[in-house]
Amino acid sequence: MNFWEYVGTRHQQLLTDTYQHASAVFQCMVIATLLGVLIGVVSYRSSWGGSLAITSTSAILTIPSLAAIGLLIPLVGLGVPPTVIILTLYGLLPVVRNCIVGLRGVDPSLVDAAKGIGMSRMRRLLKVELPLAWPPILTGIRVSTQMLMGIAAIAAYASGPGLGNEIFGGLASLGSANAINKVLAGTIGIVILALLFDAAYVLLGRLTIPRGIRV
Amino acid sequence: MSETATGSTEPAPPRPSSTSGATIQLEDLSKSYPGSPSPAVDGVSMDIKAGETVILVGPSGCGKSTTLKMINRLIEPTSGRIRINDEDVTDMDPVKLRRKIGYAIQSSGLFPHMTVAENIALVPKMTGWSKSGVKDRVEEMLDLVGLDPREFHGRYPRQLSGGQQQRVGVARALAADPPVLLMDEPFGAVDPITRDHLQDELIRLQHELHKTIVFVTHDFDEAIKLGDRIAVLRERSHIAQFDTPEAILTNPTDDFVSGFVGAGAALKRLNLTRVRDVGIADFPTVTVEDPLQSIFNKLRDGQHNELLMLDRRNRPYKWLRRGDLMRAKGSLARAGQLVHDTVTRDATLHDALEAVLTDSGGRVAVTGRRGEFIGVVDMHTLMNSVQELLEADRLAAMEHRHDLEELRVHRTEQELEGGGSGL
Repeated sequence: MNFWEYVGTRHQQLLTDTYQHASAVFQCMVIATLLGVLIGVVSYRSSWGGSLAITSTSAILTIPSLAAIGLLIPLVGLGVPPTVIILTLYGLLPVVRNCIVGLRGVDPSLVDAAKGIGMSRMRRLLKVELPLAWPPILTGIRVSTQMLMGIAAIAAYASGPGLGNEIFGGLASLGSANAINKVLAGTIGIVILALLFDAAYVLLGRLTIPRGIRV
Repeated sequence: MSETATGSTEPAPPRPSSTSGATIQLEDLSKSYPGSPSPAVDGVSMDIKAGETVILVGPSGCGKSTTLKMINRLIEPTSGRIRINDEDVTDMDPVKLRRKIGYAIQSSGLFPHMTVAENIALVPKMTGWSKSGVKDRVEEMLDLVGLDPREFHGRYPRQLSGGQQQRVGVARALAADPPVLLMDEPFGAVDPITRDHLQDELIRLQHELHKTIVFVTHDFDEAIKLGDRIAVLRERSHIAQFDTPEAILTNPTDDFVSGFVGAGAALKRLNLTRVRDVGIADFPTVTVEDPLQSIFNKLRDGQHNELLMLDRRNRPYKWLRRGDLMRAKGSLARAGQLVHDTVTRDATLHDALEAVLTDSGGRVAVTGRRGEFIGVVDMHTLMNSVQELLEADRLAAMEHRHDLEELRVHRTEQELEGGGSGL
């Protein structure tokens, strides 16, 4: 059976896996974004708070994802919980770092002006600082998503959802008839998903970055 | 300055929603930062009258900006009180306070992700104006600062020139109609020509609005041009002299102030008086629509050597001398000399002198708001008024010195008496 025949016969399963892969990445990315921006907003003002946030998130990133997921299994069990935890944690770093850099990069004279015309702390953040820091934050989200696409494949190790099942299934049965096809289908599926997500981010940028600061 | 005097005699402009200025009192205001031995601002006291433009001027690092920022409490004073319209605002919620104080800064401080209209609408929106009220106000403010609302409404700050950005910055500061306007070197980042325009514009605005303006600059010429009173500050915001520009120019209290005033005080004096304050002479005019024959007759009947020809909208167009028409063989299109420079009534004598000196006939046409002809100023008028001015200044300075001496004598007497009773 060649690759296309394999895809043809297994397309139902492949589509389900692809959908689950995308949905897992998407949902974890939403959580990571919210959490990451929150951490950024809380910590960007103090110099040690910011570096603490950046160092601790990058420390997480140095743990091999396979090891991390393995370590989580005894704590939270198999399936969805370790997947969500791993993806969210790994997704945090680029968002946190870009959020802090972006917020710190806002022209101080604009913050001064915002204060000077009587904006409260909250309003300043929502109306001035976050909109101006949004392009770098969005870049962070984009980088995170690319990374999570790959890491999500590891989740299959903990019986998680997604295209990783194809890859792990294939790798486990190397030498059998469809082993290579399985690995290929999983990998190509992830690449296509990553490209689609990236295109979506370009569109999102077009829609959400105000015209006045678009480059 | 004579500004306020002329302002009151003119009919108030039809601007219904305009609050005029409030008084500001700074009482022994100090600011020290932890870790530095001497305070950045050390005990400033200042009384600013309603509707007055006060300029804080001094070398960089003298704390003038810090002093300004303490008024809207962007920098919290370490000690001292601030009163606006006799209300103590030192402990008031700073966010509420700042919404009642306009604030314009260098490089405009416009938010780049908002359109011009959104920028201007910020403060009115925050203070709870109705939607339609905000919309009208934005148009009104753009109009006020001389930008066409239809054209600039939807633009982003980066699509504007530096001067236009600054205008929008001022419009934003004035949008919620605050009685007080703080300006922190607002024209510091624009080119000299634009700066000149913006200064003229601010003078015109202030003429209409009568806000209380506190303006920080390190440019003494700007201070002279704009200020009703100038506070010359030395380090730690100590006031070296706080007086009218005239008094500072003619009677600087010490070497620091005179050093800051710089050379050419008499020439700078020209910046303090405006064309509206000197005699604007009448001048015989014709318009382009007049029949050729009547222009001929007017020139020939011998009363005038020269006529000013106005265009259809009454704006100065050409100087016509006797003989010009002859030389051009009766063709109006070719005769005479185009008017290349005019001044407004708000122009300073300095500008007027400049124009007169470059004009071959030694006079300049004065125009009104829409460029319509009002009259003419010539060398003779300028010379006379400058001499009168300087004479008046000298008298005022002498009187001032006399008053000071009397005060000092009085004070010494009191101290002596006080000392006597203490014994």
